Amino acid sequence: MSDPNVSAVEQYRNNFLREVEENVDEGQWVKMCMQCGVCAGSCPLGEHWEHSPQKLFMMIRAGKREAVLSTNSMWMCTSCYNCVVRCPRQLPITQIMHGLAAYAHRLGLAPKMQPTRDFSIQFWENCTRTGRVNELRLTIGLYFRDGLVAGFKKGWSMRNVAFGLLKAKRLNPFELFKGHECKDRKGIQAMLKKANEIDARKKRPTT
Amino acid sequence: MTAPIPTSQTILVVGGGISGLTVALEAAECGKQVILVEKLPTLGGRTALLYRYFPKLCHPVCGLEINLRRLKGNRNVRVLTMAEVVSITGTRGDYTATLRISPRHVTAQCTACGDCAKAVSAEIPNPYNYGLNQMKAAYLPHAMAYPQRYVVDPSIVGTPDGEKARAACKVGAIDLDMKEEIIELKVGAVAWATGWQPYDAAKIQPYGYDRFANVVTSVEFERMCDPHGPTGGKILRPFDGEPATNIAFIQCAGSRDENHLRHCSRICCMASLKQTQYVREAYGEGGKSTIYYIDIRAIDRFEDFYRKVLQDPTVRFVKSKVARIAQDDKTGGLILHGVDTEGYHRYEAPHDLVVLAVGMEPSVKGADIPAEVIADSSGFLEGSSGGGIFGAGCASGALDVNRSVQQATATALRAIQVVNKAAAAEVAR
Ligand SMILES: Cc1cc2nc3c(=O)[nH]c(=O)nc-3n(C[C@H](O)[C@H](O)[C@H](O)COP(=O)(O)OP(=O)(O)OC[C@H]3O[C@@H](n4cnc5c(N)ncnc54)[C@H](O)[C@@H]3O)c2cc1C
Ligand code: SF4
Ligand code: SF4
Repeated sequence: MSDPNVSAVEQYRNNFLREVEENVDEGQWVKMCMQCGVCAGSCPLGEHWEHSPQKLFMMIRAGKREAVLSTNSMWMCTSCYNCVVRCPRQLPITQIMHGLAAYAHRLGLAPKMQPTRDFSIQFWENCTRTGRVNELRLTIGLYFRDGLVAGFKKGWSMRNVAFGLLKAKRLNPFELFKGHECKDRKGIQAMLKKANEIDARKKRPTT
Repeated sequence: MTAPIPTSQTILVVGGGISGLTVALEAAECGKQVILVEKLPTLGGRTALLYRYFPKLCHPVCGLEINLRRLKGNRNVRVLTMAEVVSITGTRGDYTATLRISPRHVTAQCTACGDCAKAVSAEIPNPYNYGLNQMKAAYLPHAMAYPQRYVVDPSIVGTPDGEKARAACKVGAIDLDMKEEIIELKVGAVAWATGWQPYDAAKIQPYGYDRFANVVTSVEFERMCDPHGPTGGKILRPFDGEPATNIAFIQCAGSRDENHLRHCSRICCMASLKQTQYVREAYGEGGKSTIYYIDIRAIDRFEDFYRKVLQDPTVRFVKSKVARIAQDDKTGGLILHGVDTEGYHRYEAPHDLVVLAVGMEPSVKGADIPAEVIADSSGFLEGSSGGGIFGAGCASGALDVNRSVQQATATALRAIQVVNKAAAAEVAR
């Protein structure tokens, strides 16, 4: 029972649509899609998606659980809302994309190194640690995500920008060691912990 | 013709399209008194503006002609053109309707010789061709117009052109001093048959109807294919006047869309299927029609027509609602962008001309009717709570001509029941 993926599969055996409806933000809208294709054709990044929103909705209804939850498609959504304003059925497509991504992440099925996911995790960890975003550490974390050599290369290519920021006093190298914190770090962390608890209660597949 | 005296046993029919004509004639042929009110200078409605009728591809002339002959032979119907209903008060069996009649500036003396039109030089956009061309400011609406009487547009009254028209008329039928009239009628029942209007295509932003010359609506395409239409029946690209041979039809343009009209307009699938046959008629195997659709709704017996078009090698079907249209500003050519639902393939398809199968919306929405009526969420009329006002034909829902006529006949029966009861009540008193 400890692996949420295993328990989800058991509970919704062969009914992935219901699983999505109960666990994904705005998932109850998926059944309303009439497969017109407007969202797929309206997405500015559409050609880079493995599966368009239209196709994802059909895959959900066809029970293609593994394929949907492990694809990087919904992670490509940039929240431009082009599809949402055009969908003739007014599906909140953007929200569903983020909901699907979050659900796949919670189940541990999301593609590990997908850049949006990776960035989201790094950003979250970075800002919840001190209650403030440490931009220097975040940047370095992202530069080195593909390994040491790639990180140094990236850093070298950006050196002029870095010096410019230094001169303009927009970059403080000492942030690398401790960094500044918000006034009530403990308070913020307690708040986040509570929020996490509430969220987990809401989202955990009921057994 | 002696005008019947309006009483509470009279049926008022608002709108002189095929549905209004049907209600009026069916009731009149049962011996009831009818007043038929039409906003425009002619009866006939939108059907008179179609090139051919599905499913048999006959010309609209025949259907209208039969009805106009019935009308001429019946003394129970009084026709008021250029008239609108301003208000309706009262209850079932006892309504008072107030009408506003606009001046036509031409009397019944008119012989429809057309001398006035030849005499004037001012031109106005021709509404019977959806503004695609101009017509003289003294005009007969169209060849099938009833009554066959010219109209002088108010814009030339008081100008030298108006005087020229008056001088040209040999029978003295032109009266430039004619004024607007307000009249009141007592009627027992009202049939509201004001029909439909095409949805405003410019509101469908991604299709660029207001920006791209070669994007037209289905109603404009009907006029374009008609030999009496603005292009003399030639299918041309408005951008450069060149023949358009590679034509796209986009279904559900405004219909089945919560952002526009939420209902299915029911006739536009059949209208586009029909229009592909206009393309075939114009170019034989040389023309190409592509229908972009969500699903084809050729209801009931129309399925046969759909099957026939499916066999036509000049017609291609793409299951996809087009996401957006882009224009090549140099050539005016159009590129349709979208994803095909059968296989989820992305396409960028070039076409000469795009026909938007625009939805039908009620031309007078429930809320705008000057009486208490019940309408659905699209504004189509369901009737009055008191039961003496009825929606007829397309005013009651998106219908083809056949179904409009059926619905209108049923409405005539309902209206007859109302006035019969009113008559019985009067006798009892
Ligand atoms: C592109 C296209 C192609 C079509 N082709 C076909 C076809 O091939 N075959 C077929 O069966 N059907 C076809 N239809 C459907 C057909 O046009 C309708 O079924 C038909 O017009 C309905 O007739 P109606 O009398 O109800 O309405 P209308 O034809 O709209 O007539 C309504 C009348 O009421 C008048 N009116 C409006 N407001 C007022 C007012 N306030 N006061 C007084 N009068 C008023 C109008 O001027 C008009 O004369 C087509 C529709 C479209 C959009
Ligand atoms: S635009 Fe809306 S209805 Fe059309 S395919 Fe996308 S989600 Fe479905
Ligand atoms: S009839 Fe066809 S084109 Fe018209 S709204 Fe219905 S499905 Fe769409």
